[in-house]
Amino acid sequence: MAAAMPLALLVLLLLGPGGWCLAEPPRDSLREELVITPLPSGDVAATFQFRTRWDSELQREGVSHYRLFPKALGQLISKYSLRELHLSFTQGFWRTRYWGPPFLQAPSVWINLGRSSVMSSQGSSAPLSTSSTPPTQSLPLPPSNPWVWPMTLTTTFCAMLCCRGRWSAPKTSPPGRSSCPVVPRASLISFHLLQAGLSVLLKADRLFHTSYHSQAVHIRPVCRNARCTSISWELRQTLSVVFDAFITGQGKKDWSLFRMFSRTLTEPCPLASESRVYVDITTYNQDNETLEVHPPPTTTYQDVILGTRKTYAIYDLLDTAMINNSRNLNIQLKWKRPPENEAPPVPFLHAQRYVSGYGLQKGELSTLLYNTHPYRAFPVLLLDTVPWYLRLYVHTLTITSKGKENKPSYIHYQPAQDRLQPHLLEMLIQLPANSVTKVSIQFERALLKWTEYTPDPNHGFYVSPSVLSALVPSMVAAKPVDWEESPLFNSLFPVSDGSNYFVRLYTEPLLVNLPTPDFSMPYNVICLTCTVVAVCYGSFYNLLTRTFHIEEPRTGGLAKRLANLIRRARGVPPL
Amino acid sequence: MGLLSDPVRRRALARLVLRLNAPLCVLSYVAGIAWFLALVFPPLTQRTYMSENAMGSTMVEEQFAGGDRARAFARDFAAHRKKSGALPVAWLERTMRSVGLEVYTQSFSRKLPFPDETHERYMVSGTNVYGILRAPRAASTESLVLTVPCGSDSTNSQAVGLLLALAAHFRGQIYWAKDIVFLVTEHDLLGTEAWLEAYHDVNVTGMQSSPLQGRAGAIQAAVALELSSDVVTSLDVAVEGLNGQLPNLDLLNLFQTFCQKGGLLCTLQGKLQPEDWTSLDGPLQGLQTLLLMVLRQASGRPHGSHGLFLRYRVEALTLRGINSFRQYKYDLVAVGKALEGMFRKLNHLLERLHQSFFLYLLPGLSRFVSIGLYMPAVGFLLLVLGLKALELWMQLHEAGMGLEEPGGAPGPSVPLPPSQAMGLALYVLPVLGQHVATQHFPVAEAEAVVLTLLAIYAAGLALPHNTHRPLSYRVVSTQAPDRGWMALKLVALIYLALQLGCIALTNFSLGFLLATTMVPTAALAKPHGPRTLYAALLVLTSPAATLLGSLFLWRELQEAPLSLAEGWQLFLAALAQGVLEHHTYGALLFPLLSLGLYPCWLLFWNVLFWK
Repeated sequence: MAAAMPLALLVLLLLGPGGWCLAEPPRDSLREELVITPLPSGDVAATFQFRTRWDSELQREGVSHYRLFPKALGQLISKYSLRELHLSFTQGFWRTRYWGPPFLQAPSVWINLGRSSVMSSQGSSAPLSTSSTPPTQSLPLPPSNPWVWPMTLTTTFCAMLCCRGRWSAPKTSPPGRSSCPVVPRASLISFHLLQAGLSVLLKADRLFHTSYHSQAVHIRPVCRNARCTSISWELRQTLSVVFDAFITGQGKKDWSLFRMFSRTLTEPCPLASESRVYVDITTYNQDNETLEVHPPPTTTYQDVILGTRKTYAIYDLLDTAMINNSRNLNIQLKWKRPPENEAPPVPFLHAQRYVSGYGLQKGELSTLLYNTHPYRAFPVLLLDTVPWYLRLYVHTLTITSKGKENKPSYIHYQPAQDRLQPHLLEMLIQLPANSVTKVSIQFERALLKWTEYTPDPNHGFYVSPSVLSALVPSMVAAKPVDWEESPLFNSLFPVSDGSNYFVRLYTEPLLVNLPTPDFSMPYNVICLTCTVVAVCYGSFYNLLTRTFHIEEPRTGGLAKRLANLIRRARGVPPL
Repeated sequence: MGLLSDPVRRRALARLVLRLNAPLCVLSYVAGIAWFLALVFPPLTQRTYMSENAMGSTMVEEQFAGGDRARAFARDFAAHRKKSGALPVAWLERTMRSVGLEVYTQSFSRKLPFPDETHERYMVSGTNVYGILRAPRAASTESLVLTVPCGSDSTNSQAVGLLLALAAHFRGQIYWAKDIVFLVTEHDLLGTEAWLEAYHDVNVTGMQSSPLQGRAGAIQAAVALELSSDVVTSLDVAVEGLNGQLPNLDLLNLFQTFCQKGGLLCTLQGKLQPEDWTSLDGPLQGLQTLLLMVLRQASGRPHGSHGLFLRYRVEALTLRGINSFRQYKYDLVAVGKALEGMFRKLNHLLERLHQSFFLYLLPGLSRFVSIGLYMPAVGFLLLVLGLKALELWMQLHEAGMGLEEPGGAPGPSVPLPPSQAMGLALYVLPVLGQHVATQHFPVAEAEAVVLTLLAIYAAGLALPHNTHRPLSYRVVSTQAPDRGWMALKLVALIYLALQLGCIALTNFSLGFLLATTMVPTAALAKPHGPRTLYAALLVLTSPAATLLGSLFLWRELQEAPLSLAEGWQLFLAALAQGVLEHHTYGALLFPLLSLGLYPCWLLFWNVLFWK
């Protein structure tokens, strides 16, 4: 089994070729952290984040010396005058209803290659933080050839990215951005790994026995000062996994680092300027006695995350006392009283998407949007990208909540062009409090040209998830935070103002069967038979409907014909 | 071509068809029947083989060992069920959650068009419980279903126990690539239908149900399980679904592979499969199985809850545990291992099952007849109709030369509308008029429906007396007195041939069965000669009589012969079930017979009593 596991791992292109111990003051820094969160369903989510920051203007200076920042990415930035890059590879699906709002917004699609499924997807999503994008000299971007991007990324990340048709941008996104919301079924092949600090825990055979696995690379420029006269480049590499408590814990909800990763932390990363582990020890029922962490944390940290107040225990690996005591650090969490076996609390916003109907001619795409907030309505921006081979009937678009029609306040539809670009449907819908809103649209399945079918046409064709963006009302007010000082993971939860928090959700990808010819011998036989029948039909029909009269054989060939010629000349009827 | 375009040869050919018509018809009919009987002999039946690459070898190590757990679950379930008198929804939810599934329920209700006396239900409301095992690192795009239909009596609790034990075992494994839905439905097939309709968000049969909260993508395959004892002697597999649809043959091959691997005794139509196909005994035994399958498929009813999945293009079959008096018995672990193996193999599927046959006949579990080989049988039977129609056409053509009457020939078209109206009445009136009937006659609704059916059916026989009265004034032609009935018979023959042809394409068994009985009398019917004999023959081969005959044949093949009275009771029950299944599941046999074949048969009846 283990042999079949793909050893795909986070693209840790961290280690420069040496020279980091030079006396010159470091212009780049690395911070790493791990956030461990018990989820409402009892599963445990672990989010790694590695941030490399480099005070260098890559696009202006001819930089050739790289230390912590990976050279491959740096060259990418300077060559294409890249402003931002967000790329994520996800296996699995974040089950919002059971796990709560996602920490890292990444879509998910998967590909099944037999047992050893390798899957990934790509989300080139909007900037997560609100920090200003500094002005950079603008070169034409995206490159005029739409294939340059996938190709370059493919070679850099050793992953297969291919977009069917043109990359399209939703209307609500800033202009000049090239974005392909989701590439269903891209394959990730390879990876690099550095074994120190938190990345000790990145052990492939454990990480790939999880319920969810998402890794991402985000590159963006950040301002070095308030006036933004100079910029630094920030590379964030994240990995989030969800451990299935049922399988790893044999039904118990207690966990420890060793049980999850089969490793413990032994040393801080020598390159990192900050190396911390955060454990969410918020109790859900105001009773402090329900759980305990071991070893007891030195400090705790309180903040408002996704609308609720959270308490985190902090373990600083750079604190020498932390590891020196026992030569390793194995954080454990025990539930004193086992949490009751009831359905977990439902988040305010979650969604479900499915294809309804049967048969191979028509169908319906339905999206259910749940607002479980008891008294507040909020708007949601729904973005759907549907491949052209599902021909949408836009007049059948219906949006109903609580049995009444719900008129979207904004709607943008860009029709598909066959073989060129997908349908793009974008709308802003107000979700009433405590309601289910159903958005449905009918489609007809197109018949592809026979060379356009994939090698496995009977598997079906993927339809990428719809993307929901919403400002969800929070339970407690959050104060604006200073991004530099607060823990790194705060940058995952952008806060617009105190009463709301921003959530981006992805629904399930769908698998739709198209009418598929049987690419086998019977198909050829049927084609051949039909041709023969078609050829024969005409003559048979002709024969069956025609009446035949027997004509008397002509006698006296030449003489008679001559006589007739003469008679015609004379105007007398022929013989 | 040359043969037909040369008038001399053409005339000779026409003369041949006219002169040798009767022997040709007999020959063709006999050839059709003989071809069908020959299907069970080896050159025509072939060994089954696995076509799907992903399920090719059986290299799966089954590890299921939860026999005790399954029995404990079954005991608990039976006890809770007895206590509550219905499906113990709360207990099921709790148990499924405790084995680590995502649990959802769905409530549904349905008022049947008239009380179902076989299952004793009328206003049905119930709750389905299902748990979803989410495949790790997958996005719920594909799923498999294991379903246990629970009826009103307390059977099938062992199946629920095994389902829960399998769910617990499956939950601990990490190799799943597709989600697995464990579904327990109430009111057996009604519950399954409600769940399937809600899952696909369609309403085909007027079922009221709550929307589903949890889904798991496109369902790739489903297995229904029926077990009523802790030990089984054999497993019976049912493939025939709604309207005679069949699952892909590979699914059956998969089951058979695991039966062989686990040494389980497997039966098809309750019959063991013959070992020796070279001697005469094997094929004869196979013929019995084949006939049983033809009868079952022709009935168009779903034989097990798998039958309803087929409409949604989900390959499915039902496994039934049989506990008979055989010595060697298997416990739940053996059955569980077979199921585990099947699910792990289905989990490997990269595409929907499509490689193997969708249209086949089975004379045994490891033998099949493909569509290319069985179609000639029905082709020969339909040829009789064609030959007869050709003869009539030629006769009419010769008689009609230069005899165009001024009044036209209204004859053939006159009985058509009344016959079709009769069919429509047969289709609509019994269910619509049941309340009127119960007010005026001392019968229950279900009886009223059946009796109305029979009454309308019989009333159709009086049609010729009424339709011919206006006709007798108008037809004055004395030169060609046969023209009217000949034209009518020609129309009826073509109508019948078209209908049977279409039916045989979609449901071979039904088409073949109807062709065997209706074709000879249809060819014989004419208003001369021994009319009473013809009338008796025609009545004996009418669709209703075919149904009655099939019931007797069915029980005879099952080695449980019926007495006349029992047969009649069964016939009445079958009529009621046929109407009910049309309304509850959308079975097409009832409308097909009442709107298509019965009016057509009435046309022949009209021919027979032509004045």
